[in-house]
Amino acid sequence: MFNLLAPGNLFSAEAWADAWEIVLSEFPAAIWDTLWVTFLSTLFAFVIGLPLGILLACGDRDGIIPLPRWLKALLGFLINILRSVPFTILMIVVLPLSRAIVGTTVGTTASVVPLVVAAFPFVARVVESSVREVNPNLVEAAESMGATPFQIVVKVLIPESVPSLISNVALTLTNVLGYTAMSGAIGGDGLGRIAYNYGYIRYQSPVLLLSVLLLILLVQVIQSLGSFLSARFDRRLKRPVGGRRKKRAAAGE
Amino acid sequence: MIEIRNLSKTFSSENGETEVLKNISLTVRDGEIYGIIGASGAGKSTLVRCLNMLERPTAGAVFIDGEDVGALRGAALRLARKKAAMIFQDFNLLMQRTCLKNVCLPLELSGVGRAEAKKRAAELLDRVGLADKADAYPARLSGGQRQRVAIARALACDPKILLCDEPTSALDPQTAKAILKLIRDINRSTGITVVMITHQMSAAEEICDRVAILDGGAVAEEGSVDEVFSRPRSAAAKKLVFPELSESGGESGTKGSLIRAVFHGASATDSPLIATLAMEKHIAVSILSASVRNIGDKVYGNMLLSVPDRESAEETLRYLRSVPDVSAEEVTDNV
Ligand SMILES: Nc1ncnc2c1ncn2[C@@H]1O[C@H](COP(=O)(O)OP(=O)(O)OP(=O)(O)O)[C@@H](O)[C@H]1O
Ligand SMILES: [Mg+2]
Repeated sequence: MFNLLAPGNLFSAEAWADAWEIVLSEFPAAIWDTLWVTFLSTLFAFVIGLPLGILLACGDRDGIIPLPRWLKALLGFLINILRSVPFTILMIVVLPLSRAIVGTTVGTTASVVPLVVAAFPFVARVVESSVREVNPNLVEAAESMGATPFQIVVKVLIPESVPSLISNVALTLTNVLGYTAMSGAIGGDGLGRIAYNYGYIRYQSPVLLLSVLLLILLVQVIQSLGSFLSARFDRRLKRPVGGRRKKRAAAGE
Repeated sequence: MIEIRNLSKTFSSENGETEVLKNISLTVRDGEIYGIIGASGAGKSTLVRCLNMLERPTAGAVFIDGEDVGALRGAALRLARKKAAMIFQDFNLLMQRTCLKNVCLPLELSGVGRAEAKKRAAELLDRVGLADKADAYPARLSGGQRQRVAIARALACDPKILLCDEPTSALDPQTAKAILKLIRDINRSTGITVVMITHQMSAAEEICDRVAILDGGAVAEEGSVDEVFSRPRSAAAKKLVFPELSESGGESGTKGSLIRAVFHGASATDSPLIATLAMEKHIAVSILSASVRNIGDKVYGNMLLSVPDRESAEETLRYLRSVPDVSAEEVTDNV
């Protein structure tokens, strides 16, 4: 039986030496694959989810892009369905789609497809909430200036929600990162697969432990970077965060 | 010229219909500063939002320079809106844009090139006295400065009309005065027509040429500032013009008679009215409240007097009316 805390495994110098070998030989490529898949999937998820989220936020009857009620209901329904399917099931269901789009169901590129399918509904919802946070008076001010709905989206809604959108990019990245670990089980490259292959299949607990630690570290880094950038680009703050301004202020500007 | 004809607006919601504007007809002449004054909830914002169709009237029409704004849709409506810029109580600046870029916004929306927009925006910021804040974000400005940026932004596309929805309500009196002065200066130098919504009489008398008093969604009174402020006719106007008087009048309405005397012009202030009443007519009047205000270059004063009985009230009225530039009337209870 698999046991992470088997003493013969975790406390054997030999096992750690083996693990270190694997870390050196396989981790660099695995980290690269994981990050690449994560960023690529998140990018595509936003390409689809951002416009969808904006439509959801602006599609109310008195919104700036009023949608027919049935269309809005349908969109919301589809998004909710996709969001409620567990990823482990979704990635199997989507296999035919992967084959149709990228021509294969295994490998790094193929794993992007289920990740995008899993992430874009999430993105649509978080974008919707970001856009709804924008002060409606600003939209009205833009309307009073004779702005078109498209101009309102591009010049007001998106720029004004940038700090919140940045946080949501970080949130999506960490979510997708978690999913990549699962897609390792069906052939996606990356840290997830190493953890699965060495740790689960071959009982090499140190490797499993190290890959998990690395995943945790990546999540931490992405999250902190997201928080930092979000604050950095938030011009609503009286005291700007980081960057040139802070240094100038510190220098007694 | 802005003509509002028989305009009504009814909001309907689950719990019934509310008629917010009732058959309003007003005319705003080119180049004047027109005040629309009313208590909170009177429908002022709704009325001003009907002028550029941010709110669609339920009935009636708005004509700007003879054009029926309510009939416009799409691009034509957007063009009409560009000619009637708006400023707001809470400024509504984009917080993620610098002041300069905020002023650039209407120009960008109209397709003006980047360099030209920046140049024009810089001029406008200079015009409102904020040239040094071009690169600052609105979060770092004071309320008065933000309203100045908003004014610069409103002027960017050379509008013919400036709609102001309580532009000074969020500001302290001194800053409010400065903003009003700026609006008047701009009105004088560019001839822009200004429609100014406010609930503060002080703001209206500071700069308006003509005013309408809005009460419960209907126009209670309309006229030149001089007229309305020195001789308010409607109850709503009296309440707004003499708020302190209506309060004290309510308290002491039980005893004797109340008389309000209004002075217009300087000659009235030279006569020792109260002393004359006491010494020559032997009437002991007490002053319940009094105030003096300057409207334009004239002095207006008003006093609420209490006299012991009906007989002396008649006498007092007769006497006061005989003095030039003074008008007097008996008041009952409130206003
Ligand atoms: N969209 C709406 N739906 C329903 N009722 C509304 C709506 N907008 C305004 N009202 C109602 O119309 C009335 C007048 O509102 P309005 O904002 O025009 O008043 P106002 O004179 O501008 O007041 P204030 O000085 O407080 O700004 C209020 O009773 C308000 O509740
Ligand atoms: Mg209002």
